[in-house]
Amino acid sequence: MNKIFTVVAAFAVAIASMTSYVTADESKRGGTLRAALAQTPRHLNPAVQSGIVTGFPGAQLFATPIRYDENWDPQPYLAKSWDVSDDGLTVTLHLQENAVFHDGVPIKSSDIAFSLETIKANHPFKTMFAPVIEVQTPDEHTAVLKLSQPHPALFLAMSSQLMSIIPEHVYGDGQDPKSHPQNSNNVVGSGPFKLVEFVPDEHVIVERFDDFFMENRPYLDRIVMRIIKDPAARTIALENGEIQFSAFESIARNINRMKENSNLTVTPEGYAAIGPLDWLAFNTAEGKTSDVRVRKAIAYAIDKNFILNAIMLGTAQDARTGIYPGGPNYEPNVETYDLDIDKANKILDDAGYTKGSDGMRFALTVDFGWPGMKDRAEYTKAALKKIGIDVTVRASADFPTWAKRISTHDFDMTWDTVFNWGDPVIGVHRTYQSSNIKKGVIWSNTQQYSNPEVDALMEEAGKETDQAKRAALYSKMQKIIADELPLYPTNTLPYHTVYSNDVGGAPLGIWATSSPMDMTYLK
Amino acid sequence: MKLVFAVIQRVFYAAILLLAVIVLNFFMMHLAPGDIADSIAQTMGGADEEIMNEIRAEYGLDKPFLTQLVQYILKVAQFDLGYSYFYTQPVTSLILSKIPATLLLVITSQILALIVGVLLGVQSAKNPNGISSFVVSMLALFGYAAPVFWTGILLLIAFSLKIPIFPVAGMYDVMVEGSFFVEALDVLKHLVLPVVTLSSIFLALYSRLCRASMMEVLGSDYIRTAKAKGLSRNEIIYKHALKNALSPVITLAGLQLSAVVSGAVLVEAVYSWPGLGTLAFNSILSRDTPTILGILFFSSLVVIVGNLLTDLVLRLIDPRMRGSE
Repeated sequence: MNKIFTVVAAFAVAIASMTSYVTADESKRGGTLRAALAQTPRHLNPAVQSGIVTGFPGAQLFATPIRYDENWDPQPYLAKSWDVSDDGLTVTLHLQENAVFHDGVPIKSSDIAFSLETIKANHPFKTMFAPVIEVQTPDEHTAVLKLSQPHPALFLAMSSQLMSIIPEHVYGDGQDPKSHPQNSNNVVGSGPFKLVEFVPDEHVIVERFDDFFMENRPYLDRIVMRIIKDPAARTIALENGEIQFSAFESIARNINRMKENSNLTVTPEGYAAIGPLDWLAFNTAEGKTSDVRVRKAIAYAIDKNFILNAIMLGTAQDARTGIYPGGPNYEPNVETYDLDIDKANKILDDAGYTKGSDGMRFALTVDFGWPGMKDRAEYTKAALKKIGIDVTVRASADFPTWAKRISTHDFDMTWDTVFNWGDPVIGVHRTYQSSNIKKGVIWSNTQQYSNPEVDALMEEAGKETDQAKRAALYSKMQKIIADELPLYPTNTLPYHTVYSNDVGGAPLGIWATSSPMDMTYLK
Repeated sequence: MKLVFAVIQRVFYAAILLLAVIVLNFFMMHLAPGDIADSIAQTMGGADEEIMNEIRAEYGLDKPFLTQLVQYILKVAQFDLGYSYFYTQPVTSLILSKIPATLLLVITSQILALIVGVLLGVQSAKNPNGISSFVVSMLALFGYAAPVFWTGILLLIAFSLKIPIFPVAGMYDVMVEGSFFVEALDVLKHLVLPVVTLSSIFLALYSRLCRASMMEVLGSDYIRTAKAKGLSRNEIIYKHALKNALSPVITLAGLQLSAVVSGAVLVEAVYSWPGLGTLAFNSILSRDTPTILGILFFSSLVVIVGNLLTDLVLRLIDPRMRGSE
C-alpha cells in the first residue's frame, strides 16, 4: 500500500511541476540546438542497438515507460503510473491515454509487449528482462509484466534508452528488427522528437513531434546532431560556437581548455547511471596474477593520485569498486590500496617471489583497449618496475584485436573501461558472475573470477526489493571483491557535458544524453 | 591500332591486378584478430554469447575462409560489393554516396596544388639560388614534412577560432537553405581549409619537381636557340620550356591519385568531411570487412584507371612517348 502511495505522490508532484512549466516557460519554446555526436550511430533503434552513440538520437526518437530524475527516483513517462504487487512478481504499467507514434497510430499496451519481446530477443543486455515471463495486455492502456522472481533492476531497465517503445505495426512486419530498413530511415518513434534525416558520418536531424503526449514539450523545434569524430575539431567547434552542445567529452586536456572559456559550461554531472569506470583487470585463472598476493602488491604499487592528477589532469573522480560512486548501491568503505611500495615489496617477498640479479622478480604483460589508455599502460610499466615486476606493454591495432585477446583470456593485466548501465544487475554482475565466464565475449567475466559467495550475494541482491537490504548485500559484495581484487578500479571516466551559455535545461540527470531532451531550451 | 592494343593489354593486366588486390585484402582482413562481432559489441557497450554467435553466423564468418573468399569474388564479379555490417546498408550505394564529396575535395586540391606548384616551381627555377627559390624550397619542405592532421588543426585554430572566418567541420551547413548560389557559397566556405591542407602536401612535390625539371630544360640547346632568336624571357619559359618540363609533373600527378585517396583519409577525419576517407576510417576501426574491401576495390580501380589515363595524356602532350608507334 505504502508503495502505491509513493507512486501516486510522485505522480502528483510531477503533474504539479508540469503545469507550472506551462505558465512560466512558454518563452522556452522554439529554436534549433546545434549538437555534436562523436561517432556515427549504426542506426537509430535502441531496442536492438545498445550504446551511448545510438542513445542520444534514440532517446529523442523513442519514449520509454518511465524516466528518472537526478536523484535516482523513477518518474512517469509513457507510463503515467505503475504499481507493484506485494510479492514483487507483478508490475502493472498504466499508460498515457493520448500517446501516439510519429505516424499518428496510438501507442497501445500491445506495443509495450512487442517492444519488450523484441528487446529480450535482440538486445545484448540479457539480464534486463530475463525474469519477465509474460506481458499481459488486459486493455489498451494497461500492460502487466509477470515476473519469475522479484526484479528491482526492472525500473532502470524501463528507462533511458533501454526499453524504447517501438511500433508493432512497423517493426512487427516479419523483417529482422536488427537490420530493419526503418531503423535508419523513416523511423516511426514514440518520443518527443521525430526523425528528419539521418546521413551516416554526417548528421542526425530530429524535429519537434507536435503530438507528443506531454503537453508543451519538447521546448526545442529541432536538434541537429552533427557527427564530428575528431576531438580537437569538436573542441574548436564548441569554442567558436559552431556547436552549442556536446556530451561524453573525455579528453582531459580538451576539457580543461574548454573550462577556461567563459561562454561554455563544462560539467561532469549526468553520468551516474551510465556509470563509466576505468580499472586494471587481472587474469585470475592463469599465470602470476592468479595469486591474490601478486594482485594486491600491484594495487599497492599503483599510485591512484598519479592517475587522477597527472594522467586525468583532475578531470576524473576516484572510483573504488565496480559500482559507480554516488549511486544507491555504492560502498566507499572498502580497502583502497593507497600507494605503499614497501608493503608491495614485502608482500611479494613473503610470497616467495624473490628478486633476480637484475632486480626483477617476474614478467607480466599489460594491455589496453583504447589509444587513450596508452599513458596509463606506460605508467603501469614504470610503477611496477619499482616492485620488481618487468611489465611489457602490449598495444593492440584496434578494438577487435584487443577484444579478441582479452575475451580469449590471453592476457595478464589489462586496462579497461566498463559501464554500469543503470542497475548493477545490468552492468555490474556480468563482470564477476562465475556463470558469465564466456570465452570470446568481451565484457563478460574475462577475469575468470569465481567466488560462490559473491555469486550468491549478487543473486540475492538481484531480487531484493527493499533498497536498504539490497545496498547492504552489494556492500558486502564490494568489500569481498576489493579484498580478492579480480580488478582494481582507479577512476571514473572523465565524461563531461559541454554546452554554450545560451543552452538551458541540459540533460544532467543520471542518464546524460541517453534520456529525452524535452526540457532543454535555448535562452 | 597499336594504341588500341596497348589499351586492351593494360585493361587485361588491370583485371588480374584487381583480382590479386581482392584476394590479398581478403586474406589480410582475416589475418587480423577479432572481427565485426567484437566491434558491434563495442558499439553496444556489452555483449552476449548468443548474439555474438548470431552475428557471426549472419555474416557468414563461421564458414571456412576459402568458402568466404570464393563467395566474395563471385559476388564482386556480378558488381555486388555486399552488405555493410556496420552501416547496415549495401556497400555499393554507400560508396557511391560518399564519392562526390571526396572527388570535390581531391580534385580541387589537385588542381590548386598543380597550378600553384608549377608556378612556384617555375619561379624558383628562374633564379635557382635566389631568395624566392629558397623560400619556395622551405615552404615545400614544410608542407611535405608536416603531418596533415597537425596542419589541419593548426589551420582550424587560426581560421576558425582566432579569426573565425571558416567553419570547423562538415561539407555544408544543414541550416543554410536558399538558392543554388547561396548553397554553393556555403560549400565553398567549408571547402577552403580542407583543400589548403590537402594540397599542402602535393604542392611541395609539384613545386620541387617542376623546379628541377625546369632547370634541366632551361639548360638545354633549344632554349639557347630560343634565346638567340631574341624571344622574351617569359615566352621562352612558358611557351617553350614549360611544355617539356611538365611531363614528369603530370606523371607524378597521375601516380599521386592513390596517395590522394589515402591522404584524404586524414584530412577528412580532421574536418569531418563526409567522404570516402571517413567511410574507410570508420569501417577499418569497426572491422566492417565488406565496406573496407569495397573501398579498396574501388581505390585500386581508381589508381589503375588513373595510370591508364596518365599514359594517354602523356602521349598527347609529349611526342617522344608516341615515338615507338
